[in-house]
Amino acid sequence: MSTVTTGVPAQDRTSAGAAPAVRVADAAVAYDSTTVLSGVSLEVPAGEILAVLGSNGSGKSTLVRAMLGLVPLSSGSVELHGTPLRRFREWGRIGYVPQRLSAGGGVPATVREVVASGQVVRRRRLHRATAAERAAVGEALEAVDLADRARDSVHELSGGQQQRVLIARALAARPDTFFLDEPMAGVDAASQRALARTVTRLSAQGATVVLVLHEPGPLEPLIGRSIVLSGGGIVHDGAPPRPEGDCARPGHEHVHPHADPDPASAALPDIEVPRRG
Amino acid sequence: MAEMLQLDFMRRALLAAVLVGMVAPVIGTFLVQRRLALLGDGIGHVALTGVALGFLTGTSPVVAAAIVAAIGAGLIELVRVRARTSGDVALALLFYGGIAGGVLLIGLAPGTTTATLTAYLFGSVSTVTSGDIVMVAVLAVLVLATVGYFGRELFVLCQDEEAARAHGLPVRMLSLVIAVTAALTVVLAMRVVGVLLVSALMVVPVAAAQQLSRSFRVTLALAVAIGVASALGGLSTAFYADVAPGAAIVLLALGVFAAAVAAGYLVRSARGMARSTRDAAGAPAEGTMPQTEQGGVASS
Repeated sequence: MSTVTTGVPAQDRTSAGAAPAVRVADAAVAYDSTTVLSGVSLEVPAGEILAVLGSNGSGKSTLVRAMLGLVPLSSGSVELHGTPLRRFREWGRIGYVPQRLSAGGGVPATVREVVASGQVVRRRRLHRATAAERAAVGEALEAVDLADRARDSVHELSGGQQQRVLIARALAARPDTFFLDEPMAGVDAASQRALARTVTRLSAQGATVVLVLHEPGPLEPLIGRSIVLSGGGIVHDGAPPRPEGDCARPGHEHVHPHADPDPASAALPDIEVPRRG
Repeated sequence: MAEMLQLDFMRRALLAAVLVGMVAPVIGTFLVQRRLALLGDGIGHVALTGVALGFLTGTSPVVAAAIVAAIGAGLIELVRVRARTSGDVALALLFYGGIAGGVLLIGLAPGTTTATLTAYLFGSVSTVTSGDIVMVAVLAVLVLATVGYFGRELFVLCQDEEAARAHGLPVRMLSLVIAVTAALTVVLAMRVVGVLLVSALMVVPVAAAQQLSRSFRVTLALAVAIGVASALGGLSTAFYADVAPGAAIVLLALGVFAAAVAAGYLVRSARGMARSTRDAAGAPAEGTMPQTEQGGVASS
C-alpha cells in the first residue's frame, strides 16, 4: 500500500504545464461577517492526495466547500482545472462526498437509486441508463462493498454504510477529482477499510483527492501532502506531519488511544475514530 | 356504479378526480422529500387571490389562479433563498396575504360574495364543466411532462441540495421549476378538493406510500395509485352517501395512510426478525468498532 504513496511530485505523473486540479488564491470566507477563512492560497496539482487537517472550527470543511462554490468567497478566487469556478462546466470531473447523507423528507430511496443519481450530469434526458452507465453504478457499489445492499433503503443502513453510499455516488460518474469531507468520522472499521482501499485505487489511477480529516488516522500512508488549518489560515503545508509531531502540535485534541506504534505493521489499524460531536 | 356513470356531470367529475389523484402525488413526492410538504398549502392560499382576481376582471378564475399561484410560488422560492432563517415566517405572511387578498377582492367583484369562494375553498367537483376538464387535462400533461423531463435533476435536488450544487446543476432554476409545477398542480386540484385540502392530496398518498416502500420510484408509483384510488373512492362515496367529495377523498387517503402505517410496521418487524436471525447464524462481525447507530427511520 505504501508503494502508491511515494510522494512523487504530481507533475511527474501528469503532462507538464497542465493546470492544477484546484487553485485557491487569497481566498476569504465569512459567515455573517464572522471570518472563517482568510488569506488562503493553495494549489493542488492533478494526481495529488491532499489531506486538509485541523481541529474543529479551523475552517477545513469551509475551505473544501469554497473550492466547489458551495459557500461564497468574500474575496479571492478559486479555479478548478484552470477554469474560474464561475465559468467551470466540467462538473462530471468532480466527485463530492459530503459529511453525511442528507436525511431529506423521509421519502425512501434505495442504495442503487442514490448511487445512480451521481451520474445526473452525464445521463441523457428522457433516456434509460445505458449498459455502460449501469455497469459504472455496479462497479461503484462493488468498490465500497455494498453490492448486496443495492436494493435496500439507504435509511436502513448504518452511518458508516451511508458514508460508503455517498462515496459510491461520487464514483458512479467516474470523475477524476474528488473532495471528501470527513469521510472517516463516526465510521465503523469495515467502512474505513473500504474507504482506504478506494482511495488507494483512485490514487493509482491518477485521480486528485482532497480529503478533509480530523487526523490522518488509517489513511495516513496514502496521503502525499497535507495542510493544517488553524484559525482560518494555513499553518502547515508539506509532508504529512508525523504522529508524534502531530500530537505535539498546539491545540491538537488528542482524543484517540494510540495505535500500534509501528506504522508498517499497521497500515490500516483498527483504531477508535473520534465520532462527530 | 353504472348509475353514477350515466350522469354527465359525474363522468366529468370522475375524470377530473382521476387526473388530480394522479398528478398531485407525483409533485408531492418531490415536495415531501424536499421538506416542503406545506408548500402546496401556501400556494393554495395565494391561488385564492387569483380566483378573486379572475372574478373581478371577468376572466376565467382558473386561468387567473394559475398565473397568480405561479407568481406566488416564485415569490415563495425567492423568500426561501433570501431570508434563510425566517423563511417560515415569510411564508406565513404570504399565506395570510393570499387569503385576505382573496376575500377582499371577491367582495369588490360585482355579483359575487364570499360564498362564491366556498366552491374554491372546499371544491365543487360536481359543477366542473367540460371547459374545466380541458384545462385540468392540459395542466396535468404539463406537470407530468415537466417532472418527466427534469426528473433526475429534481431527485438529486430534493435528496441533497448541496450535492446538486456540487454537480453543477442549476439549483435556483430547478427550485423554481418545482415551485411553479406545484402551483399548477394546486390550481388543477382546486376544483376537485378545494384549496384548503389540495395539499392533502399531494402529501397524504406519499406519506402512506413511503411506509410500504424502500425505493423512490416505487414510492412515487404507489403514491399515484393511492391518490387515484382515493379520488375515485372518495367521489363515489360522496355520490352515494351525499357527503362533501373533497373531504371524502382526503379522509379516504388518510385511512389508507393509517392502514399503511400498520402494514409497514408489521413488514419491518418481520424483516428485522429475519435479519437478526441471519446475522446470529453467521460469523461474529469483524472489526473493533461497534456499528454506528441506524442512520434512518426504520428503527422498529
